[in-house]
Amino acid sequence: MTVAATNPMPTPPAKATHSLLVPNAAMGRRNAAEKRFRAYGLAAIAVSLSVLGIMLWSIFSDGLSSFFQAKLTFPVTLSSEVLDPAGNGLREEMTKVTTIGYGKLLTAAFTAELAAKGISTEGVTDKQLAEMISKDAPGVLRAKVLGDTSMLDQTITMSVLAAGRIDGYLKGRVTMETAERDGNISPEQLQLADRLKTARILGSSFNTRFLTSPDASDQRPEAAGLGVAILGSAYMMLLVLIICVPIGVATSIYLEEFAPKNRWTDLIEVNISNLAAVPSIVFGILGLAIFINFAGFPQSSSVVGALVLSLMTLPTIIIATRSSIRAVPPSIRDAALGVGASKMQTVFHHVLPLAMPGILTGTILGLASALGETAPLLLIGMVAFVDNYPSAPVEGFMDPATALPVQVYSWASRSDPAFIERSSGAIIVLLVFLVVMNVTAIILRRKFERRW
Amino acid sequence: MKFAKFAASALAMAAAASAADARDQVQITGSSTVLPYATIVAEAFGENFDFPSPVVEGGGSGAGRKKLCEGVGETTVDIANSSSRISQGDLDLCATNGVAEVMEVRIGYDGIVFASDVNSQDFAFTPADIYLALAKDIAKDGALVANPNKNWAEVNANFKDQPILMFVPGTKHGTREVFDTKVVEAGCKETGAYDLFAAAAEGDEKAKKAAAAKACMELRTDGVSVDIDGDYTETLARIDADKNGVGVFGLSFYQNNTDKLRVATMGGIVPTVDSIAKGEYPVSRPLYFYVKRAHLGVIPGLKEYIEFFVSDDMAGPNGPLAAYGLVSDPELAATQKMVADETPMGALN
Repeated sequence: MTVAATNPMPTPPAKATHSLLVPNAAMGRRNAAEKRFRAYGLAAIAVSLSVLGIMLWSIFSDGLSSFFQAKLTFPVTLSSEVLDPAGNGLREEMTKVTTIGYGKLLTAAFTAELAAKGISTEGVTDKQLAEMISKDAPGVLRAKVLGDTSMLDQTITMSVLAAGRIDGYLKGRVTMETAERDGNISPEQLQLADRLKTARILGSSFNTRFLTSPDASDQRPEAAGLGVAILGSAYMMLLVLIICVPIGVATSIYLEEFAPKNRWTDLIEVNISNLAAVPSIVFGILGLAIFINFAGFPQSSSVVGALVLSLMTLPTIIIATRSSIRAVPPSIRDAALGVGASKMQTVFHHVLPLAMPGILTGTILGLASALGETAPLLLIGMVAFVDNYPSAPVEGFMDPATALPVQVYSWASRSDPAFIERSSGAIIVLLVFLVVMNVTAIILRRKFERRW
Repeated sequence: MKFAKFAASALAMAAAASAADARDQVQITGSSTVLPYATIVAEAFGENFDFPSPVVEGGGSGAGRKKLCEGVGETTVDIANSSSRISQGDLDLCATNGVAEVMEVRIGYDGIVFASDVNSQDFAFTPADIYLALAKDIAKDGALVANPNKNWAEVNANFKDQPILMFVPGTKHGTREVFDTKVVEAGCKETGAYDLFAAAAEGDEKAKKAAAAKACMELRTDGVSVDIDGDYTETLARIDADKNGVGVFGLSFYQNNTDKLRVATMGGIVPTVDSIAKGEYPVSRPLYFYVKRAHLGVIPGLKEYIEFFVSDDMAGPNGPLAAYGLVSDPELAATQKMVADETPMGALN
């Protein structure tokens, strides 16, 4: 083959020994080589697509069910004897009744409803019956009653979460066979669940709480949601944007348009490129040392997370911005300068607007990679159980929060099998955000891109 | 330009806010074994009190105690969860950093269980079995030999034919310490290897004992014993992949996965909350949390949280923690009094 490639035509042919139109051995080999190469390429694409396919399939098959949740619906009479022992309807007095009291009220109401509908509870003890209601329910009811004390002595229809194992039964994760060996659920409870479903007390509906609720403890996987994580991620992205764009764009404009080319600017350039390649965990260590221990910012807060992620995102944004500024043809600058614009006017009236699509795309891609980052957050206390929503900005930036990828990680290490579904569900939400951001970047680029 | 101004002012405002506001929620860090219990209490605390729920972090007992001892002030944590007792080194570090008084709160006991795939044979282990399966060197006919056992049937004739494969917690876990002392070392003594190690060691009586204890804990490195540095979920996944595996778990983890795991008895005792509370099941350990006393009365809700944690409603034998797998402390009343009086811990004995 090499002979054919380097010496295609034997020197000087007295007579044409072969024609290009007549296939010979050398040409056959070259064509075969090309065919093989195409096959390798196709195989490579097939492998990567199938890996992607397997990954997406496993995530979606595990995670889609987290968007649906089993709920029990039954009437509850908010007896003032139980909930307001002092009898004066004052909120302060009523706070003394804990969720344990509310739990008993719910169980009693549930049992009464079963009796009223004539559903047999054969083989299910009272304790097991109580355990079919999520441990989250009493807290929800308590918050509701304390929020509006005028509801006392009324009968309201409560729709509360069913326990995680019951939910798992409706989703096919828990079966009669696993229940035999499971210490937390019995087959009789599952049979009762079947009867409840026929009686329309138990049903499954879209789980908005998965997107809005805060995290929940290991005992109530059914109540765990992404609310705090989504808010935390949103706060961090907002702050990263506010911090990175001005600094990144200013740096790039200065380096591209104003800075003299000397050893110092070379050094700065090399350092920026190197920073982009630093492993993200290093920024976490830096963040802990500088922002928390030295500057005294609160632990687990989105502001510290955002500062750390900004350090990581800045080089990406600077590199993208510089290349899009460089792509603006010099003729534009020359024309502007030629009609008497100052250097500053040239940059801000002509170069920057033309470079904007590239800057936006770079920024969005930088943000997308920051959104998926977990390692640096590990060290600044954001991999935590946070049950309270951060308050509204600006104070909310100081409140503890988690982030989406962090929530995936902490759910994946919980003991209850129901958290596997939650973890995959959180990955789906994260993927949706990433796809939206990347698609926005592509649309912006398509819409504003100019070819010279 | 406007953007830059806005960014600068936002940052300045944020910094001002941090200086003015006192931290209004409790910060907790430490052991990943205590983490689920702490989150259960934190959640119930948030539901029942007007204080916000504490923020609970994992990360390991040792790391948590170091963080606790970093100093006093709002940027430092209030409570360190720990699955092993605080060491003198930690207390010294605390003292150098101005953390003068620390409260030690024992919340209960945690059982460590051996479990295999749900369809595998019923194992009835003794510490000696585990030692013979996992140790680097074992005693055979009065001499130390490199461990030749490859099959459970070789370890103990009562076991069925099954290759030995054990997943033990990595050395960074607090669980490993209990596994080492209560199972491996006990097995070492039972099989007589301990005496052989002591005889082979040099030095005085004390040095010999230390050398023997150290030699006992050396596990084989031929792939039969696998260290798991991740969580119990990783151990479970490994057993799922290789049905011959036997793993080491916390009791609460096992109780949540009884449909996938078959628990082994140890010394003839089935691990349950009950048998551990009675002291019959040998492999258990106390769980603690350590509170920075200087933060009591400064951080809102801290005192209420620790009182709530040790209350009968939470840590009692019928509370949610016991339901999750914590073995209730029989001396809980003493702990409650200690917490109410804010008594700092004395010197380690």
